[in-house]
Amino acid sequence: MVSKYVNPVLLPLLLLGVIIALWSYIAVLIPGFPTPGEVWSELLVVLSDPIYDNGAGDQGIALQLGNSLARVFGGFALAIAVGVPAGLLIGMSKNAYAAMNPYIQILKPVSPLAWLPLALFVFKEVNTTAIFVIFVTSIWPIIINTALGVRSVSEDYLNVAKVLQLSPFERVFQIILPVAVPFIFTGMRLSLGIAWLVIVAAEMLTGGVGIGFWIWDEYNNLNYSHIIIGIILIGVIGYILDALMGLIADFFDYRKRGRV
Amino acid sequence: MSAKPFLKIDHVDKIFPLGGGKEYVALRDVQLDIRQNEIVSIIGHSGCGKSTILNLIAGLDSITNGTILLEDKHILAPGPERAVVFQNHSLLPWLSAYQNIEMAVKKVLGEELSNSEIRDHVMKYIQMVNLDHAKDKYPGEISGGMKQRVGIARALSIQPKVLLMDEPFGALDSLTRANLQDHLMRIQMQTGNTVIIITHDVDEAVLLSDRVIMMTNGPEATIGEILEVNLPRPRNRLELQHNPEYLRCREAIIEFLYSKFAKEDE
Ligand SMILES: Nc1ncnc2c1ncn2[C@@H]1O[C@H](COP(=O)(O)OP(=O)(O)O)[C@@H](O)[C@H]1O
Ligand SMILES: [Mg+2]
Repeated sequence: MVSKYVNPVLLPLLLLGVIIALWSYIAVLIPGFPTPGEVWSELLVVLSDPIYDNGAGDQGIALQLGNSLARVFGGFALAIAVGVPAGLLIGMSKNAYAAMNPYIQILKPVSPLAWLPLALFVFKEVNTTAIFVIFVTSIWPIIINTALGVRSVSEDYLNVAKVLQLSPFERVFQIILPVAVPFIFTGMRLSLGIAWLVIVAAEMLTGGVGIGFWIWDEYNNLNYSHIIIGIILIGVIGYILDALMGLIADFFDYRKRGRV
Repeated sequence: MSAKPFLKIDHVDKIFPLGGGKEYVALRDVQLDIRQNEIVSIIGHSGCGKSTILNLIAGLDSITNGTILLEDKHILAPGPERAVVFQNHSLLPWLSAYQNIEMAVKKVLGEELSNSEIRDHVMKYIQMVNLDHAKDKYPGEISGGMKQRVGIARALSIQPKVLLMDEPFGALDSLTRANLQDHLMRIQMQTGNTVIIITHDVDEAVLLSDRVIMMTNGPEATIGEILEVNLPRPRNRLELQHNPEYLRCREAIIEFLYSKFAKEDE
């Protein structure tokens, strides 16, 4: 028998107790490893003044996170601007698919970080480089899911468009996009998740301001509490980003509005 | 009939390429003249090429040999003067019943009608299929029979010259089907539409049609026999039960389908 009653508050709290116990044990084993208590009090300090700015290399945590988010959204927005039209084209034209698919398949498995040195050489500037890396990260899931959405438009709907003699423009906006939009949002949600993973590593390599570099910098400062704080904050923000994208995606999905 | 045919299907072949140099001859030398205001049904075993003929008339598929003429004009592409009611309703699920019809009306008649005229026009066709109460519902929220009524209203709302219906009631239970058949006959008497309806139901064919086109089996399917149904309208299914003409027509179709052109694997 599986019990039906699940406690969504008590169970995570119980597990938290286990985690803190294990963590404390590790802190005893490894000299210098911050204890849960130390991290907690440091977290309060870090969060108490999140937007101070003492010039390059010494800024509040909110500014660090804000810089990372700005880069992620910059690259993400570019990827949407390029990826959605490209995906529509590939989904609607067999020739466009034949032309572009081999390159997508080859470029998709390349770690976005492999582009970083090349981007740095071309742009000679870290901010643009990071945005470009996020662009390369985000574009593949958006293209692929948009094309998938277009191809999942049923033949019946397209026949309706033919009988009504819709123009190509009307066909895209009245038939194809309503079907494809939920797929596009799935792609965007995937992209944003990976982009948030990649930005941390990219910033460690490029330096400057940003949560990735902040963590690396604290490693060099031997401030291990801050590394753990960084990990926790990255996780919380990643979770919030994903939940927000989920809400937006549901809003644009006709199937999720009681209209199955 | 001395008048020129309204819709003329003239020596039409349809051959599907199958790849690897092979091909499938679905239709061979189909010839049929259809008069204006007529209800014609096409009946035949599944796979004989009924949908293929309808798609050729609709312009959704290309003719291999021969021609189809509507009022002396060649049919080369789909167009709103040949509205189609598909078997699976094909309503756009993100639009309400009203919006599905409105979208078609705006596209086809939008330039002639003002906004309030469009509204009245859409409502007229919603009322024709008795769906006032469900006009703001989405396709996912209404029954199969109601969806098909919206599909019929959408097809009629663009005032087609020919209404093409591919087994429109095939997916419905028999009570709903009878109800929609009655709707269709009533509406056709009001509007005088020319209707071509595909069916594999013998009673449906006799009840609805002025003529029943019986098709031979494929490959190289063609028209086997044409049956005139000489029953006055309006027709009432109860009164027809024992009508000798009704029974004669029924028998003729059953004889054709299950004796002359029986299909073993059905
Ligand atoms: N696109 C196609 N390619 C090859 N064969 C087809 C195609 N469409 C239909 N056919 C074949 O043509 C025949 C007639 O099909 P169809 O008109 O759909 O039959 P029906 O509607 O009478 O059941 C079938 O044998 C079918 O397999
Ligand atoms: Mg068919």
